[in-house]
Amino acid sequence: MSAQPAAADILKTAGNLRREVGDGFHDHLVEALYTDAAQIADRAVARPDAPPRFDLDRAIDRLVTSRTWGFPIMVLLLTGVFWLTIQGANVPSQMLATLLLDTVHPALKDLGAALGFPWWLSGVLFDGAYLAMAWVVSVMLPPMAIFFPVFTLLEDFGYLPRVAFNLDRLFSRAGAHGKQALSMTMGFGCNAAGVVATRVIDSPRERLIAIITNNFAVCNGRWPTLIMVSTIFIGSAVPAALAGLVSALAVVGIAVLGVLLTFAVSWFLSRTMLKGEASVFSLELPPYRPPRILQTLYTSLIDRTIIVLWRAVTMSVPAGIVIWLISNVTLGGQSIAEHLVTGLDGVGWLLGLNGVILVAYIVAIPANEIIIPTVLMLTVLAAGLTGVGEGAGVMFEAESNTTIRDILNAGGWTTLTAVNLMLFSLIHNPCSTTILTIYNETKSKKWTAVATLLPLLLGFAVTLTTATLARALGLV
Amino acid sequence: MTVTDSLPHQSACATCPMNRHLERLGVNMEDWDYVVALAGNPNTGKSTVFNALTGLRQHTGNWPGKTVARAEGGFIYGDKRYKLVDLPGTYSLLAASVDEEIARDFILFGQPDVTVVVVDATRLERNLNLALQVLEITDKAVICLNLMDEAKRHGLTIDDRRLARDLGVPVISTVARRGEGIRELIAMVHDVATGEVKPRPHRIPATQDDALNRAVERLTGQIQAAFPGLPNARWVALRLLDGDAQIERAIRDGSLGDLSRGDEPQSVVDRLMVAEVHA
Repeated sequence: MSAQPAAADILKTAGNLRREVGDGFHDHLVEALYTDAAQIADRAVARPDAPPRFDLDRAIDRLVTSRTWGFPIMVLLLTGVFWLTIQGANVPSQMLATLLLDTVHPALKDLGAALGFPWWLSGVLFDGAYLAMAWVVSVMLPPMAIFFPVFTLLEDFGYLPRVAFNLDRLFSRAGAHGKQALSMTMGFGCNAAGVVATRVIDSPRERLIAIITNNFAVCNGRWPTLIMVSTIFIGSAVPAALAGLVSALAVVGIAVLGVLLTFAVSWFLSRTMLKGEASVFSLELPPYRPPRILQTLYTSLIDRTIIVLWRAVTMSVPAGIVIWLISNVTLGGQSIAEHLVTGLDGVGWLLGLNGVILVAYIVAIPANEIIIPTVLMLTVLAAGLTGVGEGAGVMFEAESNTTIRDILNAGGWTTLTAVNLMLFSLIHNPCSTTILTIYNETKSKKWTAVATLLPLLLGFAVTLTTATLARALGLV
Repeated sequence: MTVTDSLPHQSACATCPMNRHLERLGVNMEDWDYVVALAGNPNTGKSTVFNALTGLRQHTGNWPGKTVARAEGGFIYGDKRYKLVDLPGTYSLLAASVDEEIARDFILFGQPDVTVVVVDATRLERNLNLALQVLEITDKAVICLNLMDEAKRHGLTIDDRRLARDLGVPVISTVARRGEGIRELIAMVHDVATGEVKPRPHRIPATQDDALNRAVERLTGQIQAAFPGLPNARWVALRLLDGDAQIERAIRDGSLGDLSRGDEPQSVVDRLMVAEVHA
C-alpha cells in the first residue's frame, strides 16, 4: 500500500513540528476554542438586565446538599418512599393473592383433574411452576408498581446527582470514585444494571471497586423479602399505629447499612487488592426539572416494572418446578428437601438462621425474588405442619401476615432469625444474572470470583457475629 | 412514495416539508439510507430528543452520564430511512475518557451523514465548546438548541438566527420534552442529509502565531496529499500536533486511509461494537 510510507512521513513531520511548536500548543488550542465559544455565545444570548432576585434551584440545592441537612433529607426521602410502598402495596397484594391463588389455582387443579392429569404432572405444573409464578407476581408487582415510579420521579426531578454530590466526599475518603454513587443508586433498582452503569467510571481500579461493592445496594429482588420480614417481625413488635413507619425504618436501616458496607469494603479494597489514589472528576448538578408525571409513570412501568417482573416470572417457573421436585422425590423415606434442610440446619443455627433459609438461598440463586415463598414452603414441610397450605412442596399464599408469622414461629423462628435473614439478604452473593454481567464487564474470572465470594463470606461473618452475640447476651 | 411525489398539482400544503410522511421505527431499522449521530453535553436532553425522533421510550434520567453506551433507533422521513445513533454525552472530544473516545470515533470513523449536536440553551457557552469541536470534524451538522423552555424560565432570549450565522450550520430551537421543534429538526436533518442544505461550519481561526500557522499548514498539506478526500485534514493535523496517540494509531494502521477512500474502517466498527449494551 502506498499509504504506509506516507503515513510514516506524516508522523515524522508531526513529531518534528510538535517539538517546534512546543508544550504550549494544547493550551493554545483549548484557549482558542473557549474564546470562540464565549464570543459566539455572547452574541447570541441576551440576558435580563437585573439578575433574578430569588433562584429557586439554588435555594433547593443549598438545602439538599448542605452538610447539616443533606443526609437527614436523604434518609427522610428514602423512608417516605418505602413507607408509601409498604402501606400502598398491602391491599393490592392481598387482592392479587386472592385472585391468583384462591381462585385460579383451584380452578387449574380442577381442570387438571378433569383432563385426567396424573398427580405428578398436575403437581409439577400447578403446585410447582404456576404457584411459584403466582406468588412472585402477587408479592412483587404492587410494591414495584409503587416504588419504581416514585423513585423515577425523584430521579427525573434531578435529585440523584445531589445524592452523588453528598456521597462524593465519603467515596473519595474510601479511595473510590465519586461516580460510584451513581452506579450504586442504579444498583438499588437492579445490581446487574448497576454493574453496567459503572462504565461511567474511567479508572479500571475504581471501576472494579464499584463493581464488587454494587451488590451492597439492595436490589428490587430483595426489597420484598426485607419488607415482608420487617412487617411481620419488627412492625408487629410495636403498636399498630407505628407498625408501618417502624417497618419502613427497619428497611431503610438495612439499606443504609448497605451503603456503609459499600464505603467500608471500598476502603478495604483500595488499601489491599486495589491500591491507588481516588481520581478527581467534575459532576454537574443539573437544573431541577418538573417531572412529566404521566410519561414517567408510563416509562417506569414499561421499562422497569414489567421487565423486572418478567425476569422474576421466568426465573420462578423453573425454580417452582425444582422446589416441587425436591420436596416430592424421596430418598430413603425422606424428601431431598428434608435431607438438605437437615444437613444445613447445623450451619444455619450457627449463623442465627436455619437450614430452610440456606436451602432457599441455594434454590434462589437465579432470582432472589422467590426467597420468601421458598422459605414458607420448606418450613411447612420441615416443621411437619398440617392443615396449613396445601401439603408437600406446594407454595401457597398464607391468608395473612399473622398466619405467616404462626408458620414461621412453628418453624422455630425468633426475632434473631428475622434480623439475620434481613442481614443475610443484604450481604450474600449476587444473583446469577449479576454474576454473569460482572464477568461480561470485567472479562476476568478472578474478579468475578472475588465479587461473588467476598459478600458471601462477609455475610457468614456478620450473621455468625450477631447470632453469637445475641446468644451470649441471652437475648434469644 | 410520499404524498408530495404523487400529487400532480401541488398545493402549498402538499409541498410543505411539514407534511412529508414521518414514521417512527423504534429499534426496527434493517436497511437505512442515512445515519444520524446525536452528540451533546451530558444532561442536555439528548436521550429525550432521541426518543422524540424514534418514538422509542428509552428511559431518560435527569443526571449526567446516563447513556453509557450507544443506543440506536430509526425513523422514516420523506421516503428515506434514517438510523439514529445516540452517543454518550461528553463535554469535549479530546478523547480523555472512554465516552469521549466512543463519541469522537463514531463521528470521525463512523462518518454519519448528519451529526445533530444537542445544545443546552441555558448553558450555551459551555455547550458550544463541544459543538465547535464537532464542527471541526464534520461539515454535515445541525445544532438542536434544546431546553428553550428553561432558557425562557431563566429570562434568557437566544437569537437562533444569529447563532446559525456565526456557526455556519442550521440551528433549530426545540423543547424536546414536549415535542416542540422536532418536526422542524427532522426536516432539517433530511435537508442536510440529502445535500439540499450545505452547511459551511465555523472553524477555529488561525492564530496570531505565524510559526504555528506555518506548522499547521505544512502538516495539513502533507495529510491532504496522502489521504485525498479526507474531509477534515486540518483537524487531523491539529490533533497530531497535540500528540493525540489515537489519531497517530489511525494513521499508522491505515484506518484514516480507509476513511479517505470512503470505506468504513472495520477495526473501528469492531471497537465500537464493544460498547453495545449487553444487559
